[in-house]
Amino acid sequence: METNLNDKIVIENFSLQYVDGTESLRNINLRIPRNAITVIFGPAGGGKSTLLRCLNRLNDPADVKTMNGRILIENENILDPKTDIIRLRRKVGMVFARPVVLPMSIRSNITYGLEVMGEKRRSKLNEAVERSLKQAALWEEVRARLDEPGVALSGGQQQRLCLARSLALEPEIILLDEPTSGLDPISTGKVEASLQELKKTYTIILVPHSVQQAARTADFAAFFLQGELVEFSEGKTLFTAPSDKRTEDYVTGRFG
Amino acid sequence: MLRKTFETEIQQLKDEIILLGSLVEQNLLDSVDAMKKRDTAASQRVIALDKQINDKRFALENQVMIVIATQQPMAHDLRLLASIFEVISELERMGDYAKGIGVINVRMGGEDLLKPLVDIPHMAQIAADMLHRALLAFVNEDIETAQRIPAEDDQVDNLYNQVYRELMTYIVADPQNIERANWLLWVAHNLERFADRVTNICERTIFIATGNLLEINSSKDG
Repeated sequence: METNLNDKIVIENFSLQYVDGTESLRNINLRIPRNAITVIFGPAGGGKSTLLRCLNRLNDPADVKTMNGRILIENENILDPKTDIIRLRRKVGMVFARPVVLPMSIRSNITYGLEVMGEKRRSKLNEAVERSLKQAALWEEVRARLDEPGVALSGGQQQRLCLARSLALEPEIILLDEPTSGLDPISTGKVEASLQELKKTYTIILVPHSVQQAARTADFAAFFLQGELVEFSEGKTLFTAPSDKRTEDYVTGRFG
Repeated sequence: MLRKTFETEIQQLKDEIILLGSLVEQNLLDSVDAMKKRDTAASQRVIALDKQINDKRFALENQVMIVIATQQPMAHDLRLLASIFEVISELERMGDYAKGIGVINVRMGGEDLLKPLVDIPHMAQIAADMLHRALLAFVNEDIETAQRIPAEDDQVDNLYNQVYRELMTYIVADPQNIERANWLLWVAHNLERFADRVTNICERTIFIATGNLLEINSSKDG
């Protein structure tokens, strides 16, 4: 496959099967552009989360029966057994559906990862706290109470704190698996707005919790159905005039 | 279940569009008929009915907005609702042409026509018939019919040119005829524009089905 300078991630002929046969991905070819939000959406069990987890090797090898093809991040095949997984996960951050706030202060939630990696300089840590909280659109709300426990924050704030925690490590790619599924519309709006800012610096891959969110946020959209990539195009095309009947049926709610 | 609610709402909207279209269609035929019969009272009724057409258009617009807000449509459904906006606004403007003909007849008062109306009622008949079929094609998303109808606009254009030439000869023959010829010229112009707008409805039908927004030219301007 020809490499394009604008492609951050190139997935080539990628297939995966779980041991119990529950879910699989079949021959996926997908190019994810940098500095854009790429939305991966489709009905449950279609392979969205599986694909997301493969991008930072979170899939437990014990559950996976077979895996073929290549996933290239900047021309490096991350499925290669020699891949440094710690380094990969630093490069590819992830935010989950339910915020996992560590039982410590707001500040420590953010500095924890950096400290584990050996960063001790106060100034660097403070700088990272302010930068990442600003990027996650949370700074103004918490700047006066950075030493309060993270769990005291509202759900929407907790989710943005988790986003800030990933950003503190300065990843290149951010994976978000239904990051606003438990949030109210205002918090959802704030998270979506910060993603629009973040895409200027990062490559963002989002599994949205609804078709509406997919349509609102997608620069590019990939529709997955039963382990197959049905359609991939610019969001504005896919949600107004999809080319595949199955995509059309899904986005208009004709499924099931 | 949600999908079923949506389908029901769309069907209601389509029924209302057909109803609005039939009001416009009938009002156009009535406006020309009133002129032919020199019946200003009938023209007043045409003018009054236009108010109802306008109200109905706004009610429908509101209904479309509610469906968009509550159902958040995508793809085909989104194209359909966006097209309904366009089509009801076309219908409202087409209604204005019928009203315009009513206003002309009222202004003419009981004055005799410059010449008996032959081509003008024919134009109205063709235009109303085009609208009728174009709207059915719209609600049924019948692309083939929608693609065929715009060519019929040529007949209306030809009649318009014929009426125009004929009225000019009256004016040339006797400048005293200018006023009365001008009234009829405007009537013919309204009918010509009415038929043009049917093409816009056909364009929307094709857009809903294909996602392509194309301008259809009738053979003459094409």
